Amino acid sequence: MNALTETHRIAGDQVPNGASISVRNLSVTYANGFTAVHDASFELDPGTICALVGVNGSGKSTIFKAIMGFVRPSAGDVRLCGMGVDEALKKNIVAYVPQSEDVDWNFPVLVETVVMMGRYGHMNFLRMPSRADRYKVDEALERVGMSAYRDRQIGELSGGQKKRVFLARSLAQEGRIILLDEPFTGIDVKTEAAIIGLLRELRASGHLMLVSTHNLGSVPDFCDQVVLLNRTVLAAGPTAEVFTQANLERAFGGVLRNFQLGGPALHDDDDARQVTVLTDDERPLVFYGDKTRKGEDGR
Amino acid sequence: MTELLGELIVPFGYNYMLKAMWVSALVGGVCAFLSAYLMLKGWSLMGDALAHSIVPGVAAAYILGAPFAIGAFFAGILASLGMNFVKQQTRLREDAVIGLVFTSLFALGLLMASIWPTSVSIQTIVLGNILAIADEDVVQVAIIAGVTLLIMVFIWKDLMVTFFDENHARSIGLNTTLLKVIFFTLLSACTVAALQTVGACLVIAMVVTPGATAYLLTDRFGRLIVISVALGVATSFVGAYISYFLDGATGGVIVTLQTLLFLAAFFFAPKHGLIAARRRRMTATEAAA
Repeated sequence: MNALTETHRIAGDQVPNGASISVRNLSVTYANGFTAVHDASFELDPGTICALVGVNGSGKSTIFKAIMGFVRPSAGDVRLCGMGVDEALKKNIVAYVPQSEDVDWNFPVLVETVVMMGRYGHMNFLRMPSRADRYKVDEALERVGMSAYRDRQIGELSGGQKKRVFLARSLAQEGRIILLDEPFTGIDVKTEAAIIGLLRELRASGHLMLVSTHNLGSVPDFCDQVVLLNRTVLAAGPTAEVFTQANLERAFGGVLRNFQLGGPALHDDDDARQVTVLTDDERPLVFYGDKTRKGEDGR
Repeated sequence: MTELLGELIVPFGYNYMLKAMWVSALVGGVCAFLSAYLMLKGWSLMGDALAHSIVPGVAAAYILGAPFAIGAFFAGILASLGMNFVKQQTRLREDAVIGLVFTSLFALGLLMASIWPTSVSIQTIVLGNILAIADEDVVQVAIIAGVTLLIMVFIWKDLMVTFFDENHARSIGLNTTLLKVIFFTLLSACTVAALQTVGACLVIAMVVTPGATAYLLTDRFGRLIVISVALGVATSFVGAYISYFLDGATGGVIVTLQTLLFLAAFFFAPKHGLIAARRRRMTATEAAA
């Protein structure tokens, strides 16, 4: 653990002026005429973990694409650390951790090769790794606890290990802004905790993390800020203010299940308080005392 | 014994045979280089479509006495424009569109060749004729192969990142669109070059088989390229050599050799081969019992 804090202090030194994202009145219309995001605005400061929350098709991936210059805004703009997107990308400011489904796990590359890809932006045009590059790769692998697996083909890893490899790549890249696309899909609780721990360390060193997720339960745990999307920004700001039941119901409309447990269904006294469960799972299992309650759809 | 040896070195005594072997090896090498990428993206059949689509261009070039590469270039553009147009205007699936456009153009090429049989030989285009390759064609093929090789040596890692994870490639400031355009331009150019050696029908093998074989032999992309290129060069050189004794059909010999090596890897590859997999399963069952 000491080694971890040590490396993170070194990384922190290289981030003198922190990361920031500024999205102003962003609209993105695709070639087929579909407007995926309309008039979206939010500002994020250094040392922040921000959740990007919304249903499928709410524009989460479009926002990511706009930050990486994949799509051009039809109106408004995106500034990263005060720079335009292309300039920021050239300076290796943005690191991207892909969704597991988007990766070809049969691709013939080893773990260490993937992490080395994070260094390519720092190398000359021939992409010949220097000793410093190798050191950064070793360090990144060590930090996510994947050093023992460096010679494995990426498809041979478990879901959590795969995720850690791509996190190591973003560490090796030394991007100040890290975009994580659904990082908790298909991984176990232990890996989730480890990833969240790492994100917190990065936050302490001034990084800015934007996490697209539909894993609502863990958002208040580790996110300082939340941007709620539904084709535009419904609400953005500190988690405590934005991540409310009313806002979430607005963001998810009828998509989420909304269970209310309380009153005489649960206990014999007249305590009127209720437990509300918002979930995209069809039948969540809820324990109350020693009794198991079947989720009853409150709608 | 010396008589047999003498017999075996006969092809090296003929200028046209030497030319055929070296040109084949060069083309086999660059095609194999590109095959390492092509087979990973599920685009393998694109090579086939391309090779068939450029046939009318090559035929037109021969009829007009122009360099065949120029005719192929225009036919290639026509093919991709045609595919895009049909795809936009109809709801047909991509494979149907590719199949439709490339067969139409191939048929047009065959038609042109049968109308002007004196200037174009169908056999040359469809089956290739490296043994009778003209000197100016050798120059064209050498330029295509040389330039492709040079560019690929510089961009192979950037292409690897682009093909593996395009988002990441963007995030490190690579122009992925440009890289893909370069790749497909090189692929088209090499398809044209391969047309000369193995013919339109077998080009697909040149841009798929070596990469597919190497894929079974290693998990490191850098090694995969080296193995693939080595296989491409060796099979093409030896194939051209053997074809001297079999009297023609160079393309058939080269591709047969490549297939034999693929089969060998398929069964005997140390990690991904059939036998290795079976042995692993046996050990696992024994361990469980």
